[in-house]
Amino acid sequence: MERIDIHPTHIHGDFKLRRGKPFPFGATLVPGGVNFSIFSSYATSCILVLFAKHAPQPMAEIPFPEEFRIGNVYCMVVFNLDYENLEYGYRLDGPTNFQEGHWFDNQKILMDPYAKIIGGRDIWGIPPNWDDVYQHRARIAFDDFDWEDDRPLEIPPEDQIIYEMHVRSFTRHPSSGVKEKHEGTFAGIRDKIPYLKELGVNAVELMPIFEFDEFENNRTNPETGEMLLNYWGYSTVGFFAPKAGYAATGRLGMQVDELKALVKELHKNGIEVILDVVFNHTAEGNEYGPTISFRGIDNKTYYMLTPEGYYFNFSGCGNTLNCNNPIVRNMVLDCLRYWAEEYHIDGFRFDLASILGRDPWGFPLANPPLLETLAFDPILAKCKLIAEAWDAGGLYQVGSFPAYGRWAEWNGKYRDAMRKFLKGNGSVGEIAQRLQGSPDLYAWEGREPATSINFITAHDGFTLMDLVSYNWKHNEANGENNNDGSNDNDSWNCGWEGSTEDPGINALRRRQIKNAVAMLMVSQGVPMILMGDEVGRTQYGNNNTYCHDNELNWLDWTLLETNADLFRFFKNCIAFRKAHPVLRNRQHFQNRDYVGSGYADITWHGTQAWNADWSDSSHTLAFMLCGKHAKQGNIVDNYIYVAMNMYWEAHWFEIPGLPEGMKWNVFANTGVTSPEDSWEPGTEPLLENQTGLLLGDRSVVILVGK
Amino acid sequence: MTFNATLEIIDNIAQISLSGELDASTALIFQEKIGAAAAQDINTLILMMKELEYLSSAGLRMLIFTKQKMGPGVAIYVVSPQEMVMDTLEKTGFHHSVNVIDEYDAAKIASALS
Repeated sequence: MERIDIHPTHIHGDFKLRRGKPFPFGATLVPGGVNFSIFSSYATSCILVLFAKHAPQPMAEIPFPEEFRIGNVYCMVVFNLDYENLEYGYRLDGPTNFQEGHWFDNQKILMDPYAKIIGGRDIWGIPPNWDDVYQHRARIAFDDFDWEDDRPLEIPPEDQIIYEMHVRSFTRHPSSGVKEKHEGTFAGIRDKIPYLKELGVNAVELMPIFEFDEFENNRTNPETGEMLLNYWGYSTVGFFAPKAGYAATGRLGMQVDELKALVKELHKNGIEVILDVVFNHTAEGNEYGPTISFRGIDNKTYYMLTPEGYYFNFSGCGNTLNCNNPIVRNMVLDCLRYWAEEYHIDGFRFDLASILGRDPWGFPLANPPLLETLAFDPILAKCKLIAEAWDAGGLYQVGSFPAYGRWAEWNGKYRDAMRKFLKGNGSVGEIAQRLQGSPDLYAWEGREPATSINFITAHDGFTLMDLVSYNWKHNEANGENNNDGSNDNDSWNCGWEGSTEDPGINALRRRQIKNAVAMLMVSQGVPMILMGDEVGRTQYGNNNTYCHDNELNWLDWTLLETNADLFRFFKNCIAFRKAHPVLRNRQHFQNRDYVGSGYADITWHGTQAWNADWSDSSHTLAFMLCGKHAKQGNIVDNYIYVAMNMYWEAHWFEIPGLPEGMKWNVFANTGVTSPEDSWEPGTEPLLENQTGLLLGDRSVVILVGK
Repeated sequence: MTFNATLEIIDNIAQISLSGELDASTALIFQEKIGAAAAQDINTLILMMKELEYLSSAGLRMLIFTKQKMGPGVAIYVVSPQEMVMDTLEKTGFHHSVNVIDEYDAAKIASALS
C-alpha cells in the first residue's frame, strides 16, 4: 500500500507541494522530495527561492501558503527536485523599523541558518561575483557517509595532548609534500596524519571550519599592496556547513564527505577532533555589514540590540549573537548535536565563550541557560566542552566560568604566569599552582585538573619562537598601523629584536623554547601546543596574523629539518608525558602521603632539597611527584623530579632522595645541546651524582626515579 | 557522454561496467544494477570504471549505497578508475572502503578471496 503522507496536496507552477514538518529546521530529504522548514518570529510571509546550481537568477519562487505555517515556522515539502543541482534561499517579508530591531526586506535572498552545505565560496581565494543576488548559497547535504565502526574516541580529558592548528596553514606551504591539489585542505591534513602520530599528539583542535567568507576584509597590506583576507575564519556565515574552500572537493560540493573522511582517519589513528566554534557573532557584522541570513530572517531574535536598535559589540566584531534567547539557544544546541552526531566530533572549543553567559541585554548571568543546557545535553555528554573564558566586552572568567562540572577552560592565567617565569619575572608561588593544574582556580569548586587547558602559545599572539625573539609586536602588515593584537605578551627577545646570527642568543632562544615545552608537558591539566611550535615556526613578530594567506601563517615544512632538535625535544616530552600517568592525574594533589609510600604525592624543593625558595625574588623551583600516588594511587609509576632554574646564572640543586633501591635517571636537561637534551622514555641514562646536579642558566631538568 | 551500466554475473562474481557520467540524473540506472546484483548469491562485486568519466556527489552516494547494500560479506573491487574519478574517491576517503586495482585479474581476485 502506498503511503499517503508523501503525496502532493498543492501545486505551484511545475512544482508539487505538501505541508511540511516543522522539525528538523533546514532542508531535509524526505521520500520523494525535500522538506524545507524555517523559523521567524516577526515575518509576515515567506517565499522559498530555488536556483539551479551556480545559476545567476532563481528558477522558481514558491510562496509558503499560509496553511503551511505552524506557529512561527514555515514548512513545506517540494517534490521531485533535482537536489544535487539545487541551491535554495528565502525571501521574508515583515516590518522594517531600525529602533524596533526589524530589518525585513523581501528584495534580499537569505541563506538558511541551518544550511548543511553552502556554496558561493567553493574554491578558496577565487574572488566572488559581488553582483550575484545570492552570495552564500544553501545546498542540501546527505547523511550517508560510510563510517563503518567509527565513533568519537572519548579519550579521558587528562590524557589529552592538544595540537591547535589551522586547516589551510598546515599544508598550504609548497614544502608540505602533499599532492598539489590537497594543499591547504582537509585531504591535506589526512595525508599528514603520520606526522601528527610521530609527534604524539592525540587531539587536533581545528581553528574555525564553519563556512566563512575569506573576502570579509577590506584592508590591504601597506607593505605589499596585497589584499588582506579574513584568513582565520572567526566570522561564521553558516554554523552547520563545513568551509567549502578547505576541501579539495569543494568545487564538487563534496566537502562533507572529505571532512568526514578526515575525522574517520584521525580516529583510526587515535587522534580526536576538537572544533573551534564561534557562536559569539556572525559574518553579518554591524549596521553596515552584509545581510546574509539572520538579519533578514529575525534580526531581533538572533542579535543583542541596544534600546536604540544598534548591535551590541561584545565580540569586537560588530555584532553579538543573542545566545541566551531560547530560539538561538536551540540553534546552538542543534548545531553542536549535528556536528557531534553527523561528523563524530569529539569536542568543541568556544571562542569568546563568556559572551554565551550574557543575557539579551549583555549582563552576565549567574546561571546561563545555554551553558547549562550544553553541559547536561545527552548527545554532547561525552564531548569535551572548552571555554575561552573571556570576551571582548571585558568579562574575564578564568577560574569562574559557569562550568556545571563539565566545562574546561583555556587557562589564560597559566599562559601569563609561565611566560613571566620563563623570562625571569613572576612569582614562583603562582607557578606552583599552575604546574599543579591550577587548584587555586578550580579545586575549591570541585573542578578537576583537566579543567585547565594549559598553553603558553595559541593562535592569538606570538608563536613560541617569536615569544623568545621579540619584545614587541610587529603587526604593520595587518594594515592597522600596528594597533591590532595584544600589547601584553610577556615576551623576551633574549637580547636582540628579531632574527639574528648571534649564536649565543640563538642558543638561548632554543633553550627557552625547550624550557617552555618541558614545563608544559609536566604540568597537571591538559597541554595544548600551537601548530608549528615544535619546529620553531615564526610569524616574524606579528602576533595577530588573522588576515594573511601567506608564509606568515603557512607552516614551512623545511623547518622540520632546520630545527630537527626542537621537534625531537617536543616528541620526547610528549612521549614522556604519555608514559607517566603521574603527570596526568584526574584529581588534584592532596599534598600528603595517602598511600603509605613515605612521600607526599607532590613535594616542593629548591636549590636545597625539601626547601623551596618561595620569596618574591626567587627564580628557582623544583618539585617531585611520588609515582605511588599516580592516578590517585591506583597505578604505580616512576618518581619524577623537575628542577627549573630561571636565573641568568647556573645553580647547584640538591636532589631529594629516593626510596631504597631506586635511582635517578635523566630524561631531559635543556641546558645540554641536542641530542643529549632529552631521551626516549625508557632509555634515560643514570644520573652520575645522585645527590645533586648543576643546572645551567635558564634551564630545566627532568629526572625519572626508578 | 551518456551513462551506461551493464551487469554480468558469473558464478559468485558480479561485474558492473560503468561508462559516461554518474550523477544525480543517472544514479538510478546504477542503483537498479546494484539491486539486481545484490539479489544474487555473490561474494564479489567488480566495478569496471575505465570508461567512467565523471563521478558527482550523487554518484559517490551510489557507491556508498553499494557498499552498504552488499554488506561486509561481499568484496568490492573498483577497477581502473580514471584520474579524476580516483581523485574524488581519494579525497572523500572512499578508496579506503573498497579495493582499488589497476587491472581486473580474475585469478588474482579469486586467490585474494581464498
